[in-house]
Amino acid sequence: MSPHSPVSAAEPIIEVDSLVRHFGAQKVLDGVSFKVYEGDTFVIMGGSGCGKSTLLRHLIGTEKPTSGSIKIFGQEITTMRADAMQKMRGRYGMLFQSGALLQSLTVAQNVALPLVEHTQLDAGLIDTVVKMKLEQVGLTGHGHKKPSEISGGMKKRAALARALALDPPLVFSDEPTAGLDPIMTAVVDELTQRLTQKIGATVVVVTHDMNSVFRIGTRIIMLGTGPHQGKIIAAGTPEEIRAHPHPAVQQFINGDPQGDGSDDSGELLYRETLLGTAAAGRYSRPTMSSATP
Amino acid sequence: MTTAFRQYFELCGSLLYWLFVAPFRGRGWRIGHTFAQIVRIGVHAVPMAALTALTIGVVLAMQSAAQLAKLGATVYVPGLVSSSLIRELAPLVTAVIVIGRSGSSITAELGTMKVSEEIEALEVMAIPPMSWLIVPRFLAMVIMMPLLTVFSIYVGLAGGWLIGHYSLHMSTAFFVSHALQYVELSDVGVGLLKSGVFGVLIVTIACSIGLNVSGGAEGVGLATTRSVVVSLLTVFLANAVLTALFFF
Repeated sequence: MSPHSPVSAAEPIIEVDSLVRHFGAQKVLDGVSFKVYEGDTFVIMGGSGCGKSTLLRHLIGTEKPTSGSIKIFGQEITTMRADAMQKMRGRYGMLFQSGALLQSLTVAQNVALPLVEHTQLDAGLIDTVVKMKLEQVGLTGHGHKKPSEISGGMKKRAALARALALDPPLVFSDEPTAGLDPIMTAVVDELTQRLTQKIGATVVVVTHDMNSVFRIGTRIIMLGTGPHQGKIIAAGTPEEIRAHPHPAVQQFINGDPQGDGSDDSGELLYRETLLGTAAAGRYSRPTMSSATP
Repeated sequence: MTTAFRQYFELCGSLLYWLFVAPFRGRGWRIGHTFAQIVRIGVHAVPMAALTALTIGVVLAMQSAAQLAKLGATVYVPGLVSSSLIRELAPLVTAVIVIGRSGSSITAELGTMKVSEEIEALEVMAIPPMSWLIVPRFLAMVIMMPLLTVFSIYVGLAGGWLIGHYSLHMSTAFFVSHALQYVELSDVGVGLLKSGVFGVLIVTIACSIGLNVSGGAEGVGLATTRSVVVSLLTVFLANAVLTALFFF
């Protein structure tokens, strides 16, 4: 099988089974299982600290799980040897949350990097591909600049161009629209849709931008926080997620500050305990005389 | 502490693979990157190494002349300057300069790349960071440390000659012949061996600490300080061991 040959529609591109990850005593991912099929724009959403970026890092193979299995293109990656993992990585692109452009290279050199490293294309052809990719993300004329000379949103778009440089069949994207203005958010969303609809790529997006979730997502999972930390609390199509009965899902979609999904319950308890202790007379208000030297 | 040692030896093991095994499996050394690092680590350090070596040569000559003049033995000044420089001072002082400007810079650069996800991005793009970042720095350091040391020896001797010629009124031929009289070829070999060992220690410590940075900008700052301190202590310790082995 060639590296870019599509897997049959019946076979999931990604299959995650009972994934668990501990950081010390904290369980960040707790029995996560899902499948991603070819052509899906699979959205992983959830509040801050729910483990969605950690889940993505497991999918790209830079983190190892405590237990569980991750199969990509039918191959188990949790136990994969380093050289096999190198080959696997040639089959997907990744857009990092911060962009992660190499600061020592220009924007164009960053986008050209995967082409230089993994293809035999001549310099002229690489230059043409880079210009096309930069045009796709609205960065024409910025190729000669260093990443430190462009804005955060432009860095993210340049990083997207780099992730798409090799036209990979699978693209991972961590908060692709965070920090972008509404127009650029729409541009990036449209680019993601074009990837799946016209090129037939599969995209896995981690985001908490609800507009993007429902605009681009074909299948969505939501990871919980607080008592549901690291568990999938909802999974389905955008319509199923919109109508999902779980209160944390509805709170997240509607952006309510109070509810099951808020993790400020601990703070309230602490505040109440403190107030209760003060009312019981264990703390006394400092007097003016004791405050003056 | 145990973790730091584990990380260091893991890096060394990986480095051995990428230096000696990977080139036979189609993953050769990146010569362009290595040259870029040679310029950054070695060539840019030349002015600083020159100034330091010159002042050390001058000071060595002045101090030894002041003492030996009491015995009427200033004739030994060239030999004292040359043997001190070649056996001890040139390798050690060059190492201190390289730690201060290049070791710290390697840790800070790799640490910043780590916290800004650049190293992870390289891994995900199937570009091994060992091949892209570490091997070129290692090769550059191992090549440039002995060269900088040879350069420092020459400049230090020139500093000694300044005092010998203009203050002690020695002819250049006299200074050179006496400077060489007290030095064996093996001394030069051991001096260069020392500088090579120091180079290996400096670059592996700087890379190991840089690649394992965590905690954002503060983490990078702390790691850079740790890299300089650990490198200095390790180099001084290694110098004592090597001197005991070869000269004592």
